[in-house]
Amino acid sequence: MEAFAKIDILERVDGSAVVEAIKAGRLHNFPGGVHPPEAKLLSNQAPIASMPVPKTLYIPLKQHSGMQGSLIVAVGDRVKKGQALTHSSHPFAVPVHASTSGIITDITEHPSAHASGLPETTIVLKPDGAEDWHIMPPFENYRTVEPITLIERICDAGISGLGGAGFPTHIKTQHNHDVECLIINGIECEPYISSDDRIMREHAWQIKQGIDILRYLVNPKAIIIAVESNKPEAFDALKTACGSDASITMASIPTKYPAGGEKQLIQALTGHEVPRSGLPMDIGCMMFNVGTCFAIADAIIYGKALVQRVVTLTGEALKAPQNVWALLGTPMADLLAFAQYQPAKQKRHKVIMGGPMMGFTVTNDNVPVVKITNCVLVPAADELPDIDDEKPCIRCGYCTDVCPAGLLPQQLYWYSKAKDFAKAEEYALADCIECGACAYVCPSEIPLVQYYRQAKAEIKAQLDEQQKSEKAKQRFEQRQARLEAEKHAREEKHRKAAEARKAAMENNGGDAKAKIAAALARAKAKKQQAAKANDAGTPDNNDESSE
Amino acid sequence: MSLFAFALIILGLLALIFGAILGYSAIKFKVESDPLVDQIDAMLPQTQCGQCGYPGCKPYAEAIANGDEINKCPPGGEATIKKLADLMGVEPKPLDSAHGVEDVKKVAYIREAECIGCTKCIQACPVDAIIGAAKQMHTVIVDECTGCDLCVAPCPVDCIDMLPVKETPANFKWHLGKNVSGTVGNIDIKQVS
Repeated sequence: MEAFAKIDILERVDGSAVVEAIKAGRLHNFPGGVHPPEAKLLSNQAPIASMPVPKTLYIPLKQHSGMQGSLIVAVGDRVKKGQALTHSSHPFAVPVHASTSGIITDITEHPSAHASGLPETTIVLKPDGAEDWHIMPPFENYRTVEPITLIERICDAGISGLGGAGFPTHIKTQHNHDVECLIINGIECEPYISSDDRIMREHAWQIKQGIDILRYLVNPKAIIIAVESNKPEAFDALKTACGSDASITMASIPTKYPAGGEKQLIQALTGHEVPRSGLPMDIGCMMFNVGTCFAIADAIIYGKALVQRVVTLTGEALKAPQNVWALLGTPMADLLAFAQYQPAKQKRHKVIMGGPMMGFTVTNDNVPVVKITNCVLVPAADELPDIDDEKPCIRCGYCTDVCPAGLLPQQLYWYSKAKDFAKAEEYALADCIECGACAYVCPSEIPLVQYYRQAKAEIKAQLDEQQKSEKAKQRFEQRQARLEAEKHAREEKHRKAAEARKAAMENNGGDAKAKIAAALARAKAKKQQAAKANDAGTPDNNDESSE
Repeated sequence: MSLFAFALIILGLLALIFGAILGYSAIKFKVESDPLVDQIDAMLPQTQCGQCGYPGCKPYAEAIANGDEINKCPPGGEATIKKLADLMGVEPKPLDSAHGVEDVKKVAYIREAECIGCTKCIQACPVDAIIGAAKQMHTVIVDECTGCDLCVAPCPVDCIDMLPVKETPANFKWHLGKNVSGTVGNIDIKQVS
C-alpha cells in the first residue's frame, strides 16, 4: 500500500484542467455513498435567528482537534467579549475566547461535548449583558500585511475548521507547497443539517471576503466553490457574490452522502484520490468550509475572534426548528428552550449533537455548543428508530457497495469484533471516515461504526501503551546505569580511601623504621662514647641516665 | 591414487574457504544479545514490577526465551500473552493467578500532606517517577508512573494510593451500548430509516 501512496503523491492535481472539466460539466465520482432522506426543509426555511444571551456559558478549553491552550484568566476575572481565555503555546493549540462580556465564576470540570460526556476543564462565564467587545486591530487592507501576520491572527482568533472535524485552520494555511486547487466546501451532505446552507444564502459576501483572504494567503492556481445540488438558493447566492470573479469556479455536486467529506469531495471534483495517511496538500489541494471562510473574514477584516457559530436546531420534537447564531458555550437546555422543545413527543429524552449519521447523543442538557457543533437534532419518537436489535451479519455485501473510502466494512467488522486489531489495520481500518453509510444500509442493523470506533480507540490505546512502555524501559535502563555508576563510584572511593590509608601506614611504617634505626644508631654511638669514656677512666653511666 | 589425493586437496581447500567465510561472518555479524530476548522484552509492559517473580522485565524475557511460562505477567494481561504466544509459537494460556490478576491501569498518588520525606519510595521506584528529597515532600510524575506498586510497601506512613487512570474524552474507548449516563447507544448510527 505504501508504494501506491507514493505514486499518488506524485500525481498532483492540475488546477486549470480541473476547472476546465468542471466548466464543461465533467465531474468525477467517489465510490459508494447513500441517499438518506434529506429532511432539510424542517430547518432551512427561516433566516438565521439571534438567540438571547444565556444565563450561563460553559466554555471548554478544548473545542477542536489538537491540544488545549493554557489558561490565562482566573475565577473572578471580568472579561470582554472576544477576549482570549487561553494562550496557545503549541502549534496545534488554538485559544478559546469569552463568547460575551461577563465574569468568570468558576473553572471546573463539566460534561464535554463528546460522545462520552466525560468531564473536561471548562470555564463558567456569567454574562453581564453588556456585550462589550474586545476587538483586535482589524486589517481592512490585508493585502499590505505579511501573510504570516494574518495566519497568526487566524490562530489568535481561535479559528478551527467549522465543518465538523475542527482541524486548526492556521496549520492548514501554513503550507510549503504550491496550491493547485483551493476548494471551498459548501456541500453539507448530512441529512437535517442546514447551517452552512443558511450562512451561504445570507452571508455570501462575507464568505467571498474570506475566500479573498485565503487566496492572498495560499495563492492557489484555481478556486472552486462546491455546493450540493439540493441547495440551489445557496448556489445562486454564492454565484452572485463571486460571479464577477473569473478565477472562482462554481461547481454543483450531485446530492449523495458523504459528498462533503474532504477526501470524497476532492475525488468528486478532481478525480484524484488523496493518498491514505496523506493530506489533501500532498496532491496540491486545500479545503475550507464556508463557515470557516466567514470566520476568517470576521477575524481579519473586523478583528473579531470566533465566539459564535450557526447551529441548526431541528427534529420533529422541536416546535420551532430553525438555524440560530449560538454563542460558543451555550448549554443545550437554552437551545432547546429557544426552539420550543416538546418533551411529550419523545419516548425518552434524547438530544443528538451533530447529524443523524455521525452525531452522538448528548449525556447532559448542560453540554455546551463548541466550535464543531453544527446541529442539534431532537427527533420525535417515531422519527428516528432506536437501534438496539443487532442481528447476525448475513454477508449481503451492501456495506461494501456504499463505502465511500472503498473499504471492506464486513471484514473490518469481523476483525474489530474479534479484537484482531492487526488484521483490522491490514484492512485499512484507519482509512475509515466513520461516515456511517455502511451502518445505514445494514439490514441486520449492526452498529458497524461503533465497532470501528472501538477498535480504533483500542489500537490507539495499545500504541500509547507501547510508547509508554518504551519510555519506561529507557528510564529503567537509565536508572540501572545510574545506580551501577553510583555503586562503581562508591567502590572506587572506598578503594582509594583504603589505598590512601595503606599508603599512609606504609609511610608511617617507613618513618618508624628509620626512627628506630636512628635511635639504635644514637644508642650505639653513645655506647661507644661511654666505652671510650670508660676507657678514659671516668664512668659516665649516671650522666647518661640523668640526661 | 592421485585422483584420490586431488579430491582430498579440493575438499580440504573448500573446507578452508568456507571455514574462513563462516569465521569471518561470525566476527563481522556478531549479535551482542539474544535477539529473541529483545523481541520478548519489547512485548512486555516494562512496568518492572516483579510480579512474575523475576527482578524486572528483561530477566523475565530471558526466562521466557529459556522456556519459562508466558502467562506470568499481570500488567500485560491477555494481550501480552497473545503476542508472546504468537512469537514463541505456543498456545496462549490464561494468566497464572499465582502472580496476580489483570487490573485496570493505575498510577501511584502520594497524599502529600502525610508524606514525611523519607525517600524510601524514591529508592523503590524503578523508573524514577517520584521526585522529592530527604525531609521534603515527594510527589509522583503521573506521566512516567507505570503503576508497578513497588512504592506502596516501603512507605512507612502508608500515604501512597494506587488510583485508576482517569478516563477522558481523549482515551475514551467507545463502550458499545452504554455511555456514562447509562443511556443505550451513545452514537446513534442509522438514525434515519
